[in-house]
Amino acid sequence: MSQAAGANAPQKSIDPKLFTWPAAKPRLLGSRCNNCGTTSFPSQASCPRCCSEDVETCELGTRGKLWSFTIQGFLPKSPPYAGEETPETFKPYGVGYVEMPGQVRVVGRLKASAPEELKIGMDMELVFEPFRTDEDGTEIISYAFRPVA
Amino acid sequence: MTDVAIIGIGIHQFGRTDGVSGLEQGAYAVRQALKDCGLEWSDMEFAYGGSSAAGSADALVNSLGLTGLQFINVANGCATGGSALQSAYMAIKSGMFDVGVAVGFDKHPRGAFAVEPEKMGLGKWYGDIGLALTTQFFAMKIQKYMHDFGITEDTLVKVAEKNYANGAMTPHAWRKTALTYEQIAESAMISHPLRKYMFCSPAEGGCAVILASAEKARQITSHPLFLKAAIVRTRNFGSFEVFTQGQALDQAPSPTVDASQATFEMAGIGPEDIQVAQLQDTESGAEIMHMAENGFCKDGDQEKWIQEGYTKIDGKLPVNTDGGCLANGEPVGASGLRQVYEVCVQLRGEGGSRQAPNDPKVGYTHVYGAPGLSGCTIISR
Repeated sequence: MSQAAGANAPQKSIDPKLFTWPAAKPRLLGSRCNNCGTTSFPSQASCPRCCSEDVETCELGTRGKLWSFTIQGFLPKSPPYAGEETPETFKPYGVGYVEMPGQVRVVGRLKASAPEELKIGMDMELVFEPFRTDEDGTEIISYAFRPVA
Repeated sequence: MTDVAIIGIGIHQFGRTDGVSGLEQGAYAVRQALKDCGLEWSDMEFAYGGSSAAGSADALVNSLGLTGLQFINVANGCATGGSALQSAYMAIKSGMFDVGVAVGFDKHPRGAFAVEPEKMGLGKWYGDIGLALTTQFFAMKIQKYMHDFGITEDTLVKVAEKNYANGAMTPHAWRKTALTYEQIAESAMISHPLRKYMFCSPAEGGCAVILASAEKARQITSHPLFLKAAIVRTRNFGSFEVFTQGQALDQAPSPTVDASQATFEMAGIGPEDIQVAQLQDTESGAEIMHMAENGFCKDGDQEKWIQEGYTKIDGKLPVNTDGGCLANGEPVGASGLRQVYEVCVQLRGEGGSRQAPNDPKVGYTHVYGAPGLSGCTIISR
C-alpha cells in the first residue's frame, strides 16, 4: 500500500534512508557502484565490494523470488525489538531474502506465519504497512514482502 | 623454523558455575594446563588471552602471578580462542619465544546474546522490526542448504542426538544428559527448521593451552603433540553471513572454506588424513554444512554420512567427540580452545568412554562466528 491508501492517522517512515516515503509508488533504496556495478542494500556511502566511494542511491525492484526464509518462532528481546506484541499476543512471523533480479537479495519480514505458506523460489512482492504506532498516534511505516497471489 | 608443540592443556567446567567469575575460570584452566606439563606460571614467557563478556584477560596475572610476562589481550568475536592460539603459534614459530600460553574464558548472562544493531553498523530499523537475531541467519542458511542439497530434518535431529550423547560422556560438558530423538524432534520450533535442542546456548567456561618450541617441548615431555597449522580468515564479499541486510547475487564461499584450505596447505596434508575433528556446531545445521566447507565431504553427502553414523565416536571421522557447542554451550572466549583441548585428549588416547577407537594421530578443529570469521587448526602426534 502507499501513503494514499493508509488510514487518516499521520504516518512516518521507520527510516527515511530506507525507502522513498511518502511516495505514490514507494521503493526500497540501495546503492549502485559506478566503479564495479555492484548494487547493495541498504544504501551506503561506499561499495562493499571494491571500496569505491563513487556510489549513487538507486531504487530497487518491487518483485523477486524468495531465496531463503525462516519463521521467527518467539518474541524477540526488546530492545532492540520495537514491536508492540506481548508474549500472549505474539504471532510467529516470516523472515527471508528476496532476490531482486540483477540487483541484490534484500532481507525483510514476510507476510507469512507458517513454513507451509512459503517456498524457496516463489514470487514475492514488496508491500509497505504500519509496523507500530507511536505514543502520539503516528503510524510507523515499514516494508515487508508477501507471496504473489 | 621451529615446530610448535602443545605440551599442556587445561579446562574449567563448561556450563553454569554460579559464584565463580569468568576470570577465575580462566585462571583455573591455566593452572590445570601448567600441572599437565609440570611447569610453573613463572616459566611462561608470554600469554595471549581473550574473553568477550567476562573481563580483561590480562587481569589473570592478579591471581596467577605478576611475573612481568608479555600478555596480550585478544578480541575476535567467536574466534577469540582460536585467534589467541594462532597468535601464540606465531610467537613461537617466529623464534621470539620458547614457551607460553593461550587462554580463553567467558561468562555470558542467560538467554540469547544481546544485540545492539547500531554498534554493528546496522540501521536501528533492522532491530526494530525483529531481524537482529543470529538464530534467523543460521536457520536461513541451513534452509537454503537443505533445499539445494537434499538434507533432511531427520538428519538435523541426528546430529544433535549424537552431540548430546557425546556430551554425556564428557566430564567438563554442560549438558551431561543424553537427549532422545523424540525430545529433540519435538522441542519448540525456534526458527524453522531449527528447534530448541538443535541450538547451542551462551554459557560459561575456561580453557588454556601451553605451547612450546619443539626443542623446549622435548626437554619437558616425552610425548608432545604438534600444532601443524593454525589459520584465521574473515569473510569475503558475497559470503552469506550473520546480519547480512543485502546479500550479493554472486555468492562467495564462506571464510571457513578459505581458512580450511590454508590450514591444510600449511600442514601439507588433506582432509582424508584427519582422524578426529571438532567442527563449529552453533546449531545442528552448522555442523552439517561445516563438514563440507572444511573439505571432509561433498555438499549433500552429509545425509549419508550422518544416517550411516560416520561422524559418531566409532565412525570413520568422529566429529565433536566432546559434544561440541550443543553439549558444552558457547562461552565465546573459550570455545575455540575447548575444541583444541578435546583433540589433544583424543590424540593422547585419554578420552575414556568417549575415546575414538580409531587411535587418532591427526586431528582438526574449526571455530566459526559472527560477523563472519573462521579459525582452523591441525594437530598431530
